[in-house]
Amino acid sequence: MTKRVLIADDEANIVASLEFLMEQAGFEVKVATDGAAALALVAGFRPDLVLLDVMMPVKNGYEVCQQLKSDPDTRSVKVILLSAKGRDVEVAKGLELGADAYVTKPFSTRELVAKVKELLAG
Amino acid sequence: MNPRGLAAALAPPAVTLAILAAGAGFLWSDLDPSGREAVAAILTPPRIGLLVLLGLVLATALAILGYRLFARFAAPARRLAEDVRLIAQGNAAHRVAPSGAAELQALAGAVNELAEVRSALAADVAATVADANARVEAERSRLAALIAELDQSVLVCNREGRILLYNAAARRILGGGDASLLGLGRSVFGIVDRNLILHAVEAMERQLERKEREGTHFVTATGDGRLLRVQAAPVAQQAAGATDAGGLAGYVLLLADVTESVDAESKRVALFQKLVEGTRAGLANIRAASENLAAHPGMEEGRRARFAGIIQDEAVRLSDLLQATTADASEGLKVRWPLEEMRGEDLLTLARSRIERRVGLATKLESVDPELWLRVDSFSLAQGLGYLARRLEDEFAVREVRFRLLPVGGHAQLDMLWRGAPLASETAFAWQNDPFTLGGEDTPLTLAQVIERHGGETWYQRDLPAQLAYFRLLLPLAEGRRRSRGRGEASSRPEFYDFDLFRRSAASEALDERPLAELAYTVFDTETTGLNPAEGDEIIAIGAVRILNGRILAGETFESLVDPQRSLPEASVAVHGITREMLAGQPTIDGVLPRFRRFAEDAVLVGHNAAFDMRFLQLKEAQTGVRFEQPVLDTLLLSAVAHPEQASHSLEEIAGRLGVNVVGRHTALGDALVTAEVFLRLVPVLSERGIRTLGQARAAAEKTYYARLKY
Repeated sequence: MTKRVLIADDEANIVASLEFLMEQAGFEVKVATDGAAALALVAGFRPDLVLLDVMMPVKNGYEVCQQLKSDPDTRSVKVILLSAKGRDVEVAKGLELGADAYVTKPFSTRELVAKVKELLAG
Repeated sequence: MNPRGLAAALAPPAVTLAILAAGAGFLWSDLDPSGREAVAAILTPPRIGLLVLLGLVLATALAILGYRLFARFAAPARRLAEDVRLIAQGNAAHRVAPSGAAELQALAGAVNELAEVRSALAADVAATVADANARVEAERSRLAALIAELDQSVLVCNREGRILLYNAAARRILGGGDASLLGLGRSVFGIVDRNLILHAVEAMERQLERKEREGTHFVTATGDGRLLRVQAAPVAQQAAGATDAGGLAGYVLLLADVTESVDAESKRVALFQKLVEGTRAGLANIRAASENLAAHPGMEEGRRARFAGIIQDEAVRLSDLLQATTADASEGLKVRWPLEEMRGEDLLTLARSRIERRVGLATKLESVDPELWLRVDSFSLAQGLGYLARRLEDEFAVREVRFRLLPVGGHAQLDMLWRGAPLASETAFAWQNDPFTLGGEDTPLTLAQVIERHGGETWYQRDLPAQLAYFRLLLPLAEGRRRSRGRGEASSRPEFYDFDLFRRSAASEALDERPLAELAYTVFDTETTGLNPAEGDEIIAIGAVRILNGRILAGETFESLVDPQRSLPEASVAVHGITREMLAGQPTIDGVLPRFRRFAEDAVLVGHNAAFDMRFLQLKEAQTGVRFEQPVLDTLLLSAVAHPEQASHSLEEIAGRLGVNVVGRHTALGDALVTAEVFLRLVPVLSERGIRTLGQARAAAEKTYYARLKY
């Protein structure tokens, strides 16, 4: 069965690449451009994994992550936080809020795909 | 003749005549009629006239005698009493004029002598007081002159915030409007935010309770928008003679204008942050697009063009970012406030007392690492936590909040927990981003900003199984913190303040001519493996303390164990309690003696039975190249000079005699401290015996030494 990946990022330039990457990796992909839209999409799309940008309008990635992980219906959805913020306190916050991985920008596309596959396999 | 004289003259004849008349009356009444007739027959006119004349003569003689007695004894005694009273209560220069009987004249002379002695004494006391006052005055003006000369702005305030002293630099730095609020006796709250001062006072009081005096600092804004960094140092109450510091008597504030440096620093930081984050995002986009292109050479043309476009687009954005950030450097950016180092426990105490006092909410400490030090803006953080607590109470009827503070990874994790009442994450998010108001204090700050200022993070979390909810704050740890700093130091008075040092003329008189009371001394003691240096006994410990201007400088001590590089006889261990294990890894005498010489430089050496210790030191001269050439005084010999009749001059005996408390004996430093106190008490005793200079003391000690040898 094809796994579903939701990409939530407000920057079109990274969304284009992420979308392409995930499609190439054989996933079904949808895109949201802010936090609230991402949460709205989760209910219908029922993704297996969300690639979540931290700095987003309306609702930031931390909040979306916390909400996903505190709702029993969506707790099993894997979350990878993507962020240009890379200080240890930011990483700690992301992981404590339930993210399955925290990836600092810039990242290697190969490693990102590997991480996604690893989380979806496990 | 005064009325008392008249009374004294008339009383004796009146009494005598009355007695005679009464006697005559009695005889008359006793006689029978024949007897009365016989007496009446005798008392015929010529005889009775003679009798009356006789009576008058007797009365006159008695009157004269009475008056003379009065004039010689009673009147002079009364005058004397008056004169003495006059001397005692009014005119000390008044003297008694001797008068009356010889005994009274002698008494008057004695009174005059007493008055002389008293006058001389009073003059002495007055001179001493005047001298002391003059020195205090001179110290005060030197202190004032020093502070006036400082470039740094200084304000000294008492506990209540009244300004006791300030300097010209303080007036300059406060400039404009605030300067008119600066004045002696005025309140410092007119110049510096009252809440910040009270916060600092609380922090300093807590330090004093723990016998620390590190002070605290904070940043405040002036009326005209400049930033002042305020360092506050506590001044402890110091009861005369007490060694322990009391509560907070006042504080010293040092002000520095940090507007420019904070500005520059914050611009640099913000610039760096913006560059790093901006570059990361841009690079991520370029990298992902280029890796896609490289990994899929056969991708369709439209997609290829899209990725190429992204790369070009992002490259342009990065260039623009660089342009913009350099331009931003000249713009005013958000201020980054300096953070202070603080014990985590203290931060929680401040926050808790704030919450309990201002919010009226109970607080509890769940767990805290006492060794944890933070780098924080404690005022804003305490404000922020208080604000959260108030909203919890107001909006969710929370009754108690608890705190937890632990190091996690490279930062500190501070949790404020409460039971029940989970928040919606939107609510928690809103609280973090609303400006906080607390007890009438309005600040434009939000918790999120305060945390950002610390380079930290904060979020709200629920622990459902435990039915707990908490705000977690990640805060920076203080780096390379000397954790024991300040502990115990405040137990004795700091010595680095001694204005008498200014009185020293640079051209030093020959030491021997200098009064004992004025010299600098290094009082020392050693512990050794035994009593025979010539037979291989060695020093295993040296302790010393300095004396300057008649005060023991408890803060300037020397203490070192020495590896004797030989065995330690059991008998000696019983004396000094130093064991082989304690000496392992200690420096050898070659390393310790040069340090001790530097410590003892420019001072007269003092020791108890100093000859013994000096012998050990001299035997090491060849080996270490360290010579002690300064004069040496021996308290054993000086005690023998001061109290020649006493049989024992052991350190314990002398200490007991002079009222010196003996504590910590038989450690080198402990003995040195006892010796130092003994020495200070011997100096005035020697002075009474005419021994006032170093030369005289050495000569007297030498004489006693030979005198003692003869026994």
